[in-house]
Amino acid sequence: MMASLQRLRGLVRKEIAQILRDPSAILIAFLLPVVLLVVNGFGISFDAYHMRIAAVIEAQDEGVFGMLDALGASPYLDVRPAASMAAAQQALAMGEVRGILVVREDFPQRLRHPASWPATAALWVNATDPNTARILEGYVTGALTVWLQGQGRELGRLPGGGLSLEQRDWFNPELRSADFIVPGVIAMVMTMTGTLLTSLIVAREWERGTMESMLASPATMAELILAKLGCYFVLGMLSMLGSVLLAITAFGVPFRGSAGALFVASALFLVFALAFGLFISTVARNQFVASQVAFIATMMPAMMLSGMLFDIAAMPRWLQIVTFAVPARYLVSILQTLFLAGDVWAVILPNLAALAAAAALAMAATLLVTRRRLD
Amino acid sequence: MWQRILALILKELAGLWKDPKTRFVILVPPVVQVLLFAYAATYDVTNVPLGVWNEDPGIQASELVRRFAGSPAFHVSAVHAPDQVQAALDSKTVAAVLRIPQRFSADLLAGRDTSVQFIADARRSNTALMVQSYAASIVAGFAQDRHPGTPAPMMLMTRDWFNPTLESSWFILPGLVAVLSMLMSMLISALSLARERELGTFEQLLVTPLRPAEVLVGKAVPGMIVGMIDANLIIVVALLWFRLPFRGNALLLETVLLLYTLAGVGIGLALSAIARTQQQAMLGVFVFASPMVVLSGYAAPVENMPPLVEWIGRADPIRYMMVLARALFLQDPPLLLVWQQSWPLAVIALVTLTVAAVAARRAVG
Repeated sequence: MMASLQRLRGLVRKEIAQILRDPSAILIAFLLPVVLLVVNGFGISFDAYHMRIAAVIEAQDEGVFGMLDALGASPYLDVRPAASMAAAQQALAMGEVRGILVVREDFPQRLRHPASWPATAALWVNATDPNTARILEGYVTGALTVWLQGQGRELGRLPGGGLSLEQRDWFNPELRSADFIVPGVIAMVMTMTGTLLTSLIVAREWERGTMESMLASPATMAELILAKLGCYFVLGMLSMLGSVLLAITAFGVPFRGSAGALFVASALFLVFALAFGLFISTVARNQFVASQVAFIATMMPAMMLSGMLFDIAAMPRWLQIVTFAVPARYLVSILQTLFLAGDVWAVILPNLAALAAAAALAMAATLLVTRRRLD
Repeated sequence: MWQRILALILKELAGLWKDPKTRFVILVPPVVQVLLFAYAATYDVTNVPLGVWNEDPGIQASELVRRFAGSPAFHVSAVHAPDQVQAALDSKTVAAVLRIPQRFSADLLAGRDTSVQFIADARRSNTALMVQSYAASIVAGFAQDRHPGTPAPMMLMTRDWFNPTLESSWFILPGLVAVLSMLMSMLISALSLARERELGTFEQLLVTPLRPAEVLVGKAVPGMIVGMIDANLIIVVALLWFRLPFRGNALLLETVLLLYTLAGVGIGLALSAIARTQQQAMLGVFVFASPMVVLSGYAAPVENMPPLVEWIGRADPIRYMMVLARALFLQDPPLLLVWQQSWPLAVIALVTLTVAAVAARRAVG
């Protein structure tokens, strides 16, 4: 199967004409990434501001009002006095507030007299969402500690030798979730776009029989696959470039790595995704099944198992092993590092190697099933 | 008329069931996905690799290190120089570094204010946030225990309602019921109508005595049945395997799910009635599905979204089902909440089915 350059050129010209004639490919490559990136980039945010809590205050006291003011001054909290305990509980059950702060009648008195320390207040949190619940608890505790220190200094009662924790966050000092979500979303977008480009379009060719007639021509199978992958590869790379530019301009995510590393990682990942799409469409034999498989195999796994939302290191061991079969995880890791940290080769090289292996595997599988299908 | 519709529904269901690949796609992926994703979605922090850079030979410092080492949240290793700190964080060998300065013990013993540094890898900002709060509580506990005689002036007692042990899976499982069943009913209904139109069999259906609206009903019901089957499959896995509690009313949940799958089918049918080919219908599903999942509050709270994005999300049926499913499983919600979150589902179903009917008629005429 010697590849003829002339035939290849002809095939490429045919593919380009086909792409230009049918808007689907252009839509997949450009509309899909823009929509997904914008909505997911803005939609997934762990930056909680103004979390609403109801305050049930049984003690009408200057000190307690001072405490509420201190809580309300936090940009993360929005404290609303509740008319009664029943009203506060109803608001919690309805999801109108995330928590209830309860300050009993004896609180100010116990706070004033060191003999009756600690004065206790209660925080009831709607823990349906445990992550947000923990964050809320952290913010309330933090705001109260600051208030107490101020009070202590005023009263001169705080024991000396205070110990504090200075927190610093590298790579993303403001802990903006866009900075860490958007690189992950790009990986998800590329998984969907790459797989969809080939799976949908080639499945249609199989369904209509145009694939068989192409194979009956003098062109070899390798040439055909090469021409197809080549054209969609260019389209996919353009879509990747667009996504990265959008991340930098619209979301203000910094890019600290090198363009070369980004190019190599995107190229390897795209070869995998395109070959995987080709594999699906060849095995599925019709668009109905191909689209179902492409849909199920890409979107949710890329979101849940790639480390984009949930830290892979925190998953159970057996599941961590499963995620090795999700190539999006390698791209997520590379992109998060390239965007936020720079060219850290200790992270990038092993992941690039894994992407290369995934790409090679997908190509080999595709060639194999295409050959078998013709027999 | 009902007989005709029933015949069409049976034909559709037989079509779905006859094809082993479709049967597989309807039954297997939802179960596999719920098993994988419920374990994947963890906000728990255990054994996070922590580098400790201890410059202080004093006893106080080693006591603090021992506390970190003893916490299940951290797995401690030692680092010794600034460039090691940099390298370990860069390469993700550690997720955070605790630095104890030279004068730490001396300062504490002399009663001077002092501090330790905690440097987190914020490439993973959510983990960084969690890890920091663990570290802060360990340091606070350490500081407190140095003065056993003097209690803190104030104590905040926290109680976590509805999910007292903060199980991540209790949060994600009701979400998966909503997300996975929606994706399936949308997918099935979008593809089935588009396929008939591409193959030309839709026109054949229309020359039968069936009216377009009746054809639409015949297409909608199988999609709903698929959605209901998947939703209940996932519910069974959640209850039996993951021991998710169910505190609401089962009949209410099923009623709401019925309305919800109708809305999903409506979106699927509207997409396929507008699309000219299967490819376009599929593209529509892809473009809509992922934003619908994200805007629903499945992964991150709706309140955190920018107002415009949050407002767009009000057209998203998954958003309402997300609230309903979580409330019905974990809290036995007030009926007012159920009503508040259900009527928008009915509106979405009505609007999308009308669009589908109009578009389908136009496509033929």
